[in-house]
Amino acid sequence: MSERVEDSTVDESFEPTQPNTGESYEPVQVFPDDQTMDLRPGADSCTKCSTCDTNCPVAAVDDEFPGPKFQGPEQWRLKQTDEGEEYTIDDSVMDCSNCMRCDDACPSGVPLSQMHNEARGEYVETEMSKFSRTYWRNRLLANYRTSAKVGTAVPRLANAVLNNSAVQWINETVLGITSEREFPDFATQTFREWWADRGGAAASRENARESRERMGDPADADKQVAYFHGCYSNYNTPEVAKAMVRNFEYFGYEIVVPEQRCSGTPMFANGMLSDARRDAEVNVSSFSDLVDQGYDAICSCTSCSMAIRQEYPELFDIDGLDDVSTHTYEAVEYLRAFEDLEGELADATVEFPDLAYHAPCHGRNQGLERQAVELFRELDGVEVEDVGKSCSGISGTYGWKAEKYETSMKIGEEMFEHMDHAEPETGLTECPTCSMQMEHGSGYEIRHPLEVVEAALIE
Amino acid sequence: MAIESDVLVVGGGLAGLTSALSAAQAGAHVRLVSYKQSSMRQASGLVDLLGYVGDDAVVDPYDAMDRLHDEHPYRLVGTQTVKEGMALFDDVVDGYSGSHTDTNALLPTHGGTVKPTARYPRSAMEGIASDNRDMLLVGFDTLVDFDAPLAAAHLEAAGAPFAADGVQIPFPGDVRPDAKVTHYAKMLDQDSEVAVSGRKTSAREALAERVEPHLEGHERVGFPAILGDDNTTTVRSTLADALGAAVFEVPMGPPSLPGLRLEDRLYTALDEYGASFEMGNPVIDHESGDAIDHVVVEHTGAPVPYSADQFILATGGLVSKGVTSNRAGVREPVFDCHIPHPGDRYDWFEDGVFDDHEFARFGVDVGPDLRPRDSSGEIEFSNLRAAGATLGGYDFAAEKSGSGVSIATGYEAGRLATEEIA
Repeated sequence: MSERVEDSTVDESFEPTQPNTGESYEPVQVFPDDQTMDLRPGADSCTKCSTCDTNCPVAAVDDEFPGPKFQGPEQWRLKQTDEGEEYTIDDSVMDCSNCMRCDDACPSGVPLSQMHNEARGEYVETEMSKFSRTYWRNRLLANYRTSAKVGTAVPRLANAVLNNSAVQWINETVLGITSEREFPDFATQTFREWWADRGGAAASRENARESRERMGDPADADKQVAYFHGCYSNYNTPEVAKAMVRNFEYFGYEIVVPEQRCSGTPMFANGMLSDARRDAEVNVSSFSDLVDQGYDAICSCTSCSMAIRQEYPELFDIDGLDDVSTHTYEAVEYLRAFEDLEGELADATVEFPDLAYHAPCHGRNQGLERQAVELFRELDGVEVEDVGKSCSGISGTYGWKAEKYETSMKIGEEMFEHMDHAEPETGLTECPTCSMQMEHGSGYEIRHPLEVVEAALIE
Repeated sequence: MAIESDVLVVGGGLAGLTSALSAAQAGAHVRLVSYKQSSMRQASGLVDLLGYVGDDAVVDPYDAMDRLHDEHPYRLVGTQTVKEGMALFDDVVDGYSGSHTDTNALLPTHGGTVKPTARYPRSAMEGIASDNRDMLLVGFDTLVDFDAPLAAAHLEAAGAPFAADGVQIPFPGDVRPDAKVTHYAKMLDQDSEVAVSGRKTSAREALAERVEPHLEGHERVGFPAILGDDNTTTVRSTLADALGAAVFEVPMGPPSLPGLRLEDRLYTALDEYGASFEMGNPVIDHESGDAIDHVVVEHTGAPVPYSADQFILATGGLVSKGVTSNRAGVREPVFDCHIPHPGDRYDWFEDGVFDDHEFARFGVDVGPDLRPRDSSGEIEFSNLRAAGATLGGYDFAAEKSGSGVSIATGYEAGRLATEEIA
């Protein structure tokens, strides 16, 4: 029962519209110092306007999911109370797909994605059994690069085995990986193998110089980029990575392809923060020397660029990270900002199937949702139709989990409907897993904007 | 090199969108950059022009504009310009009513008050308060922002010319107590399967069945504004057919689906005009002399220059952070334009909540050309204009003039900017 305030304890002289600080005000250390990140300013900025909730694709279809406002600021506050020690992270945090729409939507700068990542990490650390099927399934999915390395060693065998119905049955019943989806094919030659065969950085320098001559740029122009290709365009869609290389060389850029691991996106989404940190440390150390020398870092996957630009600095403190982070760009964004890509495309003609474009959430969060549509508007030979602002629903590893498959498809329904109504019968997106979902729901082949640029300017 | 355009609009709310539409319609290559989603999603979706002058409710907003002070944005741009701005709005926005007359319509709010407004979504039309058909308001137990019996009682007490009754029912399918408005809308949009007393049925049908016993001869039924998002017309007509009564939405507080739908319509129109827009990255700096050469947009941490011939500032007011304040003073954060305000912050407000507060009128100082002026009355930048709530000199909350000022000044700023480049 709460105590009643006796009238005599009320300060009669208190005047709410007059200054009242400075006299008897003493700052109080409310929370003890510890090693966790102080998210209080973020929680305090929340005005409960619910903009985050109305941007959440999961809460719109899953009645069980309490939404980002709860997962972020509200849950954080609960943990700061006297009973906070006993309060454990609610397991609904694992139903968040990490699309990060709430984070970008918040008008008050509440770091929702950071709060969710921290909460999810804590949940996996303290609440999830390390012997459970879910834990190992999630770790397997989050560490896709490890499986992909094995798969591309024997691509034809892996492609045949992974989509064998007996194997799919085992995946579903033993691991909890849905058998509804077909695994993407591994390439018979990885991008890095192609890059090495082609002559690596030396060949790229040669190509860049030829382009500079054509463009009238000085031969030693300061145009150098380090390519973060990520896992998918290395192991599964090397054609996207090759298009990146050719497009940048066309504009006179020398490319290097440094050592790299997974960007960490699937690990954040599964609360595997130490796995993510391990890979982030390799990536930052590998790219920071190059950034020091004047290189910019370029990604072709919008989730990779999102991780390096936003999630790394929110979650990790690694030497050289800030410089790497502020020098990282998405590939088309970079050419649009620093080269006359728009002008070149407006003068070009391309032979390409018309495209139904879906803007991935992580691209949207970087302000890139209109880029492809507006860029190709003036390009003759291809029509690009936007299939709406909904989330595709797969969110990386989320839609691969047997228990999330239905939610994933419900979220995707709006996009599937729009794809069905749109004229084009080929898809376009920057995100590898959105492309899996688009293909899964429509049967269309899915391309990347870099491939359209390549077809327009080079082929 | 920089990302280039003829006209760069900073801000993606009603004023920014109208500026961009106006400039694009006049033939300029327009780019709009917006840091965050607009405050339209917090607004009712009603488009007010002028509801009150002082304590007097306004019948004809255009007539009443003469009674505003000389520096009011409506007086600066003139009544004819306001009319042209509204014509642009009517031209590009489908699904709105009210353009048939100059006089204000009266719409019920979710609190049961009656609000004078100039344009309203067609979904709210059957709820108009000057109509004498009896009204049933339906609330949902799990949607606490709308108490239907209270709203109905309030309407009757306010002297509405009809009988109003309210009923609270559970939304079919046992939704969670704090379900999001988007969840209700999605269920109705997709007519999802719901379980009612152990029987599977569709959301729309189940909802109509729950309302039916309470209908008792009421000719129109009002629901909180959650009747779909993409398919709202179909949701409404399905319910109306099943109930044999007119169906309408009562505009709600934040987060508001009618506000979201209006935002969507305006962005769709902007796309159709061939304009460019992007959302999510802030303008953090600018390079300027007498004129602005370019602004710097921060792309997730990386600075990218955006140049243009003309710039329009439409970042909103105190709510949208287009005007900010701290103990030291009041600022406009993008171009640091001068904002007139008393030096002593205890003069910024009055003691009563609904008093005539000074802060409500804080904003940049402009003349009829809408160019922000510095503290000595000189033009800040020759190629910068401001529109909407960033402007000072009016109190949109008290006057019910927010949307109208955004549309009128946005239209004029876009038109004047394009004239300069022609």
